[in-house]
Amino acid sequence: MTTTVAAGVSGSDPLVNTGVFALFVAITLFVVYRASSRNSSTSDYYAAGSVFTGRQNGIALSGDFLSAASFLGIAGAIAIHGYDGFLYSIGFLVAWLVDLLLIAELLRNTGRFTMGDVLSFRMKQRPVRAAAATSTLVISFFYMLAQMAGAGGLVALLLDIHGGFMQALVIGVVGLIMVLYVLVGGMKGTTWVQIIKATILILCAALMTVFLLGKFGFSFSNLLSAAAEKSPMGERLLEPGGQYGATGTSKLDFVSLAVALVLGAAALPHVLMRFYTVPNSREARRSVVWATACMFVFYLCTLVIGFGAAALVGPDEIKGAPGGENSAAPLLALHIGGTLLLGIVSAVAFATILAVVAGLTITASASFAHDVYANIFKRGKADPAREVRVARLTAVAVGVLAIAGGILANGQNVAFLVALAFAVAASANLSTLLYTLFWKRFNTTGTLWAIYGGLIACLVLVFFSPVMSGFPDSIIKDVDFHWFPLKNPGLASIPFSFLCGFLGTMFSRSKADPKLQAEMEVRSLTGIGS
Amino acid sequence: MQYAERSPAARNALEETGRIPVLFARPGEHPVLPAPAAPSGPDFDRIQHSPEFLVLRRRLRRFVFPVSLLFFAWYMTYVLLAAYAHDFMSRKVVGQINVAIVLGLLQFVTTIVITMVYLRFARRRIDPQVAYVRRLAGVEDQ
Repeated sequence: MTTTVAAGVSGSDPLVNTGVFALFVAITLFVVYRASSRNSSTSDYYAAGSVFTGRQNGIALSGDFLSAASFLGIAGAIAIHGYDGFLYSIGFLVAWLVDLLLIAELLRNTGRFTMGDVLSFRMKQRPVRAAAATSTLVISFFYMLAQMAGAGGLVALLLDIHGGFMQALVIGVVGLIMVLYVLVGGMKGTTWVQIIKATILILCAALMTVFLLGKFGFSFSNLLSAAAEKSPMGERLLEPGGQYGATGTSKLDFVSLAVALVLGAAALPHVLMRFYTVPNSREARRSVVWATACMFVFYLCTLVIGFGAAALVGPDEIKGAPGGENSAAPLLALHIGGTLLLGIVSAVAFATILAVVAGLTITASASFAHDVYANIFKRGKADPAREVRVARLTAVAVGVLAIAGGILANGQNVAFLVALAFAVAASANLSTLLYTLFWKRFNTTGTLWAIYGGLIACLVLVFFSPVMSGFPDSIIKDVDFHWFPLKNPGLASIPFSFLCGFLGTMFSRSKADPKLQAEMEVRSLTGIGS
Repeated sequence: MQYAERSPAARNALEETGRIPVLFARPGEHPVLPAPAAPSGPDFDRIQHSPEFLVLRRRLRRFVFPVSLLFFAWYMTYVLLAAYAHDFMSRKVVGQINVAIVLGLLQFVTTIVITMVYLRFARRRIDPQVAYVRRLAGVEDQ
């Protein structure tokens, strides 16, 4: 085992990796600098002045969405656990139909900068904005933690750095660059970073896929037999149940994860905020279509890359490498293309983390500055220039938090944090968004119950789940205080949040405002007044 | 906040009155809006209850709700099969490719098909109606 690890790491050349990565940073920083000639108004900073086309925003959306979990996580999960890892690909893709059919266009017409704009539109402003900002910050923080934690493991593999202090230093540098993007470029700069990154990532995945298929005579079946031959699971690698098939509880966990994946994407604040960077709802629709097309290609590639990694690299070498499961894709690159391809793939993976964290940072800072500072503290009468200054300060604070969290969470289970962020998003936001867009009677009490009910239920269930305690792979190993059997709480917390929203509305004495409801409904469907 | 958000609409409505005459409904039906929009912006309540808007709302909901249910049911069918019907999913179809992989790829195909069907539906049935309601409300097209 140790010899394969040594081979895996020594085969990579830290100089090449750093070189390719530095090149990416230099190019994107230049683009960000050029794109950010004027960035002073709130609309420029939060929504890039709504000047992007549907195609540009669609590619940027896929850039925001294809995080380290998608690229490194799925490939690793398929290579080690087989078919069950493919669920992530399917869930992440199908989820976009929720966005397309129910959310994107109506959201674009209704709001201006943040998710809180839509949720508070016809409700009491201050409590609902506070709730929306809370859920946005919690979701963004979990999502960000996952990305930064992934960066640590990646650093170990790519730059051949094993010391805790040096890894922390690299996480710090990555965090600083990301804050720089956001401060200099605002939403416009961040969007360009996403576009560049998504293009390189998808091209890279597509090239690896074509190459892999070519190696097996363009027969996917041959690739599968080679993968099954090399894996200790044998034929079972190709069948469902490899990771989640053992017991009744684990099967239910699989279903719960599937529900969270498909319902979570349409409620992620950093995805929702992207829809404000286009001028109207038709461009928002076009964005979703472009994003779906990009992801269709990418997630098909993950299937080939995952099984390809099982066939060419083998589970032993992947598990033994410093990044664990997450190193499947980079190791595969090393096997098929040598040091240069590893350098490119690793730089792309780094860039992915960097860009996603930048997107999350701008979302969190916008939510704090726009919802909390401008609308709660200043009651909607904030000076725009000061609001942007607050947003920039928040971005720095969020960056520091992400760096600290990333250093602490270094080596933690990345997939868990991302799936948790999805579950939290689906629990806190999806019910509220759908109710407020489609249910006339929905009111302030219902909104607050749905957001806080879903958020708290989700966090409590995770805290008392096997993820936190009681098992060898838990975060706290020595104590056992778990009573909730599922690792992913989605199956329980998402329906619970819908129920909370319904009961809150029914039991409340305050009625929905019919005038604002009329305005919101007309505006969301036709764009009149937006 | 609400008032600040309303201002661009008010501007549009005022601009409109000078240039494009507000269209009225066909004879016999009540007009959607009073001819010159009030300076406070469009009369949302009136638009909401106009037959043209109701047609738009019904048309959109009759498409997106059933289709959402359909794709969700189809996705959950796939998930439940993958979780509980291992024997069925493990049957080989061609070479090493089994039912599970075929069904998984079918999810990809249906996602693309639904996206394209919705695009066509929105372009033919929704966009013209939105433009119609906007014209009636005296708001220039996007």
